[in-house]
Amino acid sequence: MSAVPNAAAKAAVAESLYRRRRLMNHLALGLASAATLFGLFWLVWILWTTLLNGISALAPSLFYEMTPPPGETGGLANAFFGSIVMSLLAIAMGTPIGILAGTFLAEYSRRSWLGETIRFINDILLSAPSIVLGLFVYTLLVKPMGHFSGFAGAVTLAFIVLPVVVRTTDEMLKLVPSQMREAALSLGIPQWKVTVQVLYRSALPGIVTGVLLALARISGETAPLLFTALNNQFWSHDLAAPMASVPVVVFQYAMSPYDSWHSLAWAGAFMVTVFVLAISLIARAIVARRKVAND
Amino acid sequence: MTNLNLAVATSLNVTTATQSQTSSAKIVARNLNFYYDGYHALKNINMEIPEKRVTAIIGPSGCGKSTLLRIFNRIYSIYPKLEAKGEVLLEGENILDARYPLNRLRSKVGMVFQKPVPFPMSIYDNIAYGIKHYEKLSRADMDVRVEQALVQAAIWDEVKDKLKGSALGLSGGQQQRLCIARAIALRPEVILFDEPTSALDPIATVKIEQLVEELKKDFTIAIVTHNMQQAARCSDYTAFMYLGELIEFGETETMFTRPSNSQTEAYITGRFG
Repeated sequence: MSAVPNAAAKAAVAESLYRRRRLMNHLALGLASAATLFGLFWLVWILWTTLLNGISALAPSLFYEMTPPPGETGGLANAFFGSIVMSLLAIAMGTPIGILAGTFLAEYSRRSWLGETIRFINDILLSAPSIVLGLFVYTLLVKPMGHFSGFAGAVTLAFIVLPVVVRTTDEMLKLVPSQMREAALSLGIPQWKVTVQVLYRSALPGIVTGVLLALARISGETAPLLFTALNNQFWSHDLAAPMASVPVVVFQYAMSPYDSWHSLAWAGAFMVTVFVLAISLIARAIVARRKVAND
Repeated sequence: MTNLNLAVATSLNVTTATQSQTSSAKIVARNLNFYYDGYHALKNINMEIPEKRVTAIIGPSGCGKSTLLRIFNRIYSIYPKLEAKGEVLLEGENILDARYPLNRLRSKVGMVFQKPVPFPMSIYDNIAYGIKHYEKLSRADMDVRVEQALVQAAIWDEVKDKLKGSALGLSGGQQQRLCIARAIALRPEVILFDEPTSALDPIATVKIEQLVEELKKDFTIAIVTHNMQQAARCSDYTAFMYLGELIEFGETETMFTRPSNSQTEAYITGRFG
């Protein structure tokens, strides 16, 4: 009889266990929320600071006036133009090669030593310091050509885009269920057609997201452009000549002793941050929509 | 009395006649062995899949039943390190012969998988996609073919108003019938079902089983299933496999009432597997 605890004692034990669990739950939730707030705090602070300091330069003229000499007013039009041209060119160069290479890895060389080797080297390229890529293109293009150029800048950025797109294409194609491949192949359709017409459709949102994230990454890159595109105070659409870019202008102006340059640098930093934020949000929206479509 | 005897004799004759008709085998496996990177997964399989009948392949997990099915359209060959040895004759021709055109094999032997995997395109395009690979049809002819396939797969009424809608919006059971429609749209001779209902609810399962029953008028069907009731309900012949070997093959009724092998009996009575 005594071995069987009575109901009241049992209830008391259950109650204390429950209270303990609830306490732990609140504690864990509190810590997780604090960590989230801690992360968000810096992001908001960065946005707020760049906005506050750059507000004096945040005017329409930012988009149509050239980078000024010290003491004069101006904008960042040439820098925006350079950044857009070089980024788009880099995406245009890096995306097709990246998608083809990623397709090769996921569809044609899965579990082969060649595929594994390429994947490993791609991962190294993915985490290579961007300044090393800048130096590489410096010796590859700038030195032989004898001068800095927007084209060299775009090539460097393409080297940053390439491994990102290879990786995401590879991963996204691997996420397509193998039964989808088998179903299409069992209709007698050749593998290249299956890949292009069925698997790409299924993996498209993921691949687009990868390209967008690569775009977000290169739009803030400074170091690789220092050795390649350099900078240009004037409006230039000549890809063979040095070209301005927002990050490099921010770098240069922020290091200067002039207040007007400082506020332009802040405005540029704000624009780049907002752009990256927007791209990331778009990428997230695409991924979220894809999940809904798959459910 | 005599009349009765006569009647019995006649009905027996009829049965024999039907049987001799069915004994024309669509697929014949001879001394078939299969290796996964050296692992001997199928051991000397000899069996026949009778034409325009439903043949169920049953057995515990890992017995090689899916492996066997996946040889019949050589879908295994998309993965490296897999090897089939022996002969699989489709209408007398060895499909394991490297010279047998894969294109022709896949157009003759369709397959439906465990998980319904509609392509990420419209319902109409899911059906038309495979057909376009083999035939050049006018828009109107294609419409007819798509409709035929959907009607035959018993899903036409549910999708006729949303043919341009995404196939991903259909329920699991509908998706699976769409996949069946996609396979029969190519007008194959054999359809392989690899556990077609294991991801579906009971009502959707019944619909698929009824469909299989219906389809055997036009197609030769081989179905791998974990579900013994399903094998008993909708197949004419049953093959029982265990540890890579074909233990017993025969008419479903005989297999489930008077199995000749003790392992078969143990499995179908639920004592292992």
